[in-house]
Amino acid sequence: MIDGITAFLRQLGARFTNAIWRLGMASRFLVLTLMYSGTSFRRFHLVIKEVFNAGVLSLIIILVSGLFVGMVLGLQGYETLQTYGSEEALGVLVALSLVRELGPVVAALLFASRAGSAITAEIGLMKATEQLSALEMMALNPIARVIAPRFWGAVISMPMLAAMFSAMGVFGGYLVGVVLLGVDEGAFWSQMQAAVDFRDDIVNGIIKSAVFGVAITLIALFEGYDAPPTAEGVSRATTRTVVTSSLAVLALDFVLTSFMFRGVG
Amino acid sequence: MSDNLVQIRDLSFTYGDRMVLQGINLNARRGQVIAIMGNSGCGKTTLMRLIGGQVRPTAGQILVDGISVGELDMHGLYDLRRRMGMLFQFGALFTDMTVYDNVAFQLREHTDLPEAMIKDLVLMKLQAVGLRGAQVLMPSELSGGMARRVALARAVALDPMLMMYDEPFAGLDPISLGVIGNLIRRLTDTLGMTSLVVTHDIQESLKIVDYVYFISEGVIEAEGTPAEIKASGLPYVHQFVHGEMDGPVPFHYPSPAYPSDLGLTQ
Amino acid sequence: MAMKRSTLDLWVGVFVAAGLAALMFLAFKVGSMGAFDVASSYTIKAEFENVGGLKVRAPVKSAGVVVGRVSDIHFNPETYEAEVMLNIGERFKFPKDSSVAIMTSGLLGEQYIALEAGGDDKMLADGETLKITQSAVVLENLIGQFLYNKGDGDDSGKTAK
Repeated sequence: MIDGITAFLRQLGARFTNAIWRLGMASRFLVLTLMYSGTSFRRFHLVIKEVFNAGVLSLIIILVSGLFVGMVLGLQGYETLQTYGSEEALGVLVALSLVRELGPVVAALLFASRAGSAITAEIGLMKATEQLSALEMMALNPIARVIAPRFWGAVISMPMLAAMFSAMGVFGGYLVGVVLLGVDEGAFWSQMQAAVDFRDDIVNGIIKSAVFGVAITLIALFEGYDAPPTAEGVSRATTRTVVTSSLAVLALDFVLTSFMFRGVG
Repeated sequence: MSDNLVQIRDLSFTYGDRMVLQGINLNARRGQVIAIMGNSGCGKTTLMRLIGGQVRPTAGQILVDGISVGELDMHGLYDLRRRMGMLFQFGALFTDMTVYDNVAFQLREHTDLPEAMIKDLVLMKLQAVGLRGAQVLMPSELSGGMARRVALARAVALDPMLMMYDEPFAGLDPISLGVIGNLIRRLTDTLGMTSLVVTHDIQESLKIVDYVYFISEGVIEAEGTPAEIKASGLPYVHQFVHGEMDGPVPFHYPSPAYPSDLGLTQ
Repeated sequence: MAMKRSTLDLWVGVFVAAGLAALMFLAFKVGSMGAFDVASSYTIKAEFENVGGLKVRAPVKSAGVVVGRVSDIHFNPETYEAEVMLNIGERFKFPKDSSVAIMTSGLLGEQYIALEAGGDDKMLADGETLKITQSAVVLENLIGQFLYNKGDGDDSGKTAK
């Protein structure tokens, strides 16, 4: 019995130390990435290529999901608002939910599973096939040459993707609400404009998505760089990227929301 | 200037509390092809990583062209590595670039040469490995032997003084095997390099090398010219050269007596 | 396949343009940046006995059009009144004797501030205080008043009898 408790506590301790250790390694990794970012900006084409990989390749899933999420919001919101006779507020409901929460969060979750996993798999494979060692032996720093451009490419892409998601969502809500269900078009837009504030809602939403972008990209790069150089190691790291970064997005969302919208309608 | 490009003195390396290399002494004369042999997991790849400065020795010294690798800072190490080339086991070609771009990579990164001159140099190196016709292919379209030849062309792009090869013969068909062996010898002679070949393929390497070191369990077990090795009476070398199943390197993993494991003894 | 550099640049260009277009859409069509620019605004103060359910960021409307927003609400311990700061768009000028009232949009809708222009020649400047204010109508008080009046009515009926 005592032995069992001791073993349990020891395991708990080991897990905790390990988690803290990994967090420390990831922070060190972020500092190194920022330190060696010079190359990325001197040769911006390296970053442009990664904007393509992270951003352009995620475009379809972001646009289609945004449209559907907005359409569903339009339908559900209409049902609820109709019972209070205030269908005109549909625009407000759709726009605020998207711009404040769903846009940044859902786009970030999609980004984590589309671009984040791809980054981890790519870096992990580059490590497993010794491409990173090869760079080192060619007197080139893999963090400057491989990690930093991917970091900036993804961090630049994320807020744009979130903005596109929200815009598509609002359009989807408009399609369902105004075109399909006959909500008054003028009321839809004017109530939305009266309720959505540029700085408090839109800018905060963009700040959120930028923070999510940094978190996801850092996790994805670190997991790839840290993966055991085997097929199994890389596939596990890819799974861990999606799980960890999704949890990180949701937790960060709570923290950011409580700071940003405290005391605000 | 010393006659030896690489000098290793009393080198030891421990990983955690496991002794990987112990008391290694090794010299590589300029212009020679040196083989470092041993069975899998004997620490020969670690030795190469030590020479390239990717890991640092626990004790002892490694001199490359008179420079002590273990004591260099990042900057000095990168300067030294520009004069080294390395062929990785499976080529380690950059999978997102064409063959041409792979070979041109170091020239573009480390020199300010105009693109026209880079083109001449790349085609020259590709011609030397017989793959000038494959310059537009992607690494995924190459066979294992071709990929390694491209990687070889990439590694010698800056005309290094020292070339290291990690298992250059592993997993190749007999024709590719001969081609790579010949290329190593020819490039070493024509470019005036010194080559260190880490391998366990004894037959192929005895044909091309000038000197052989045998490593077993982290220590140098035997050394000599190919002729001396072939004639060696040392049991370990004999087993290795002739590929015998049992010998100093046992066939059986350490185990209790067979009958007792089967439960036949009371 | 390696993508040609120019094709890649084109795609990334399209991506960035689409991202900026989405931002513009959010700023001007979804948000109110076109109607009321936060960057250029002036602040005026109004004191209310009771602000009811008024919240920060509630709209300030004049003649039903949004001209500004509530930027801050706090309690003044000296006057025992609520101080409400109003951010008004730079291009909307109001006379010094304008009045404000807290109104509700619809029966249960959100509360906003209605700003009614006065007749003074001088215009309100940044940091000035509005003199004439009308507090929020609190539903409980309204109901209480209604019941009290009804009770009065019944009593008078009895005495008349």
